[in-house]
Amino acid sequence: MARATVLRRLTWQAASIADIRVETDTARTIVLDLPGWPGHVAGQHVDIRLTADNGYSAQRSYSVASAPADGRLEVTVQRVPDGEVSGYLVDIAQPGDVVEVRGPVGGYFTWEPEDPSPVLLVAGGSGIVPLMSMIRARSDVHSRVPFRLIYSTRGPADAIYADELRRRVRDDRGVDVAYAYTRTVPEGWPRPPGRLDAALLTASGWPADLGPAAFVCGPTGFVETVANLLVAQGNEPARIKTERFGPTGG
Amino acid sequence: MAVVTRGFTGRGHSDPKLPPGQYLTEDFPVLSAGPTPRIDLNKWQFTVVTEAGGRHTWSWQELLALPSEDVTVDIHCVTKWSKLGTRWRGVSIDTLLADVESSADYVMAHSYGGYTTNLPLEDLTDGQAWIAYRFDGENLAPEHGGPARLLVPHLYFWKSAKWVNGLEMMPEDSPGFWESAGYHIYGDPWREQRYYGD
Repeated sequence: MARATVLRRLTWQAASIADIRVETDTARTIVLDLPGWPGHVAGQHVDIRLTADNGYSAQRSYSVASAPADGRLEVTVQRVPDGEVSGYLVDIAQPGDVVEVRGPVGGYFTWEPEDPSPVLLVAGGSGIVPLMSMIRARSDVHSRVPFRLIYSTRGPADAIYADELRRRVRDDRGVDVAYAYTRTVPEGWPRPPGRLDAALLTASGWPADLGPAAFVCGPTGFVETVANLLVAQGNEPARIKTERFGPTGG
Repeated sequence: MAVVTRGFTGRGHSDPKLPPGQYLTEDFPVLSAGPTPRIDLNKWQFTVVTEAGGRHTWSWQELLALPSEDVTVDIHCVTKWSKLGTRWRGVSIDTLLADVESSADYVMAHSYGGYTTNLPLEDLTDGQAWIAYRFDGENLAPEHGGPARLLVPHLYFWKSAKWVNGLEMMPEDSPGFWESAGYHIYGDPWREQRYYGD
């Protein structure tokens, strides 16, 4: 299960917000200028720390959304109830504001372009963020590894990156995207609203005998369900990497 | 010198029961690197292996037959949440190591599913750690590490290995799963030892 990681000490760095993009009603992409940032591996996260005038500070972890790049980083933040950091980043922060960043962190939930296995990405809600970093990284390195994304959201309006995903399916050969809408579906949609199930995983994922590398990210219950289904379909547990967040992700 | 972020006030004050950088949650979030292993209690085993190769093994029934303790402790996850006053039942590591002869200073905890985490032996003894199998009056749920997990509440919670199935005595320290992936070798939340080199 272990893997090699280059270890180095992580220090807090000041990062200026270069841009903020509206993704959905509750999600924003925060573009950070980070001079000296060494880049990351797709799937890793960073810690963001905010400090108030009176010295009070709060920090949370956010998955990196952008592909690896020097000196710049994007995170996509979904506002959570009572979230003191997400509430600030979604509702108050403006370009030019300065936060602190530490990372990149996490050497396991990562996609390495050298791995030739087909990739299955399964996202629940804002669990799409680290998986989007992998899709973008694939494009940046001109990888031809086939990717299939299954993305569960409440409805089309809740899907983060929907326009970009449409474009990538058209332009990035080898990327397929299937949606599982749990509450609202577009008119004429072939599948009634409902949770991601074994049938959709079979139809839109990979046969287990191809040995896909699976990355599952979302709320705890979603990840438990999907990971159990993938094991039941014959996938090796060690090939299924998960990242879960609770309802109080912050 | 921390950078002040314009317009941020947050909750405005820190709870002295919380280690630095932590926030309070009432939920019980889950952090796992892979699928939750399903373990047949008839086949469950817990094994202590000494540096000389000696093995001490307990079946599930044998574990339950050992004296248990009820403990109420605060737990702190490296992903920033803390949960206060959690109630557990389990067997003290002191009880399990009572007949184990070892002069090793370190331990690698092993789990079903292949997870590992390293700890100094002195952090597991003297009433500081348990093999816990009940949480909040119920059998420990699989996603929280059931049927049994290590409970070492004074360190970040990744050290409290879920689905634990053994302790391996080691003369020298060696990084486990998350410790090899950029997390701190020891993990004291009060010194905010989250990541390598903190």
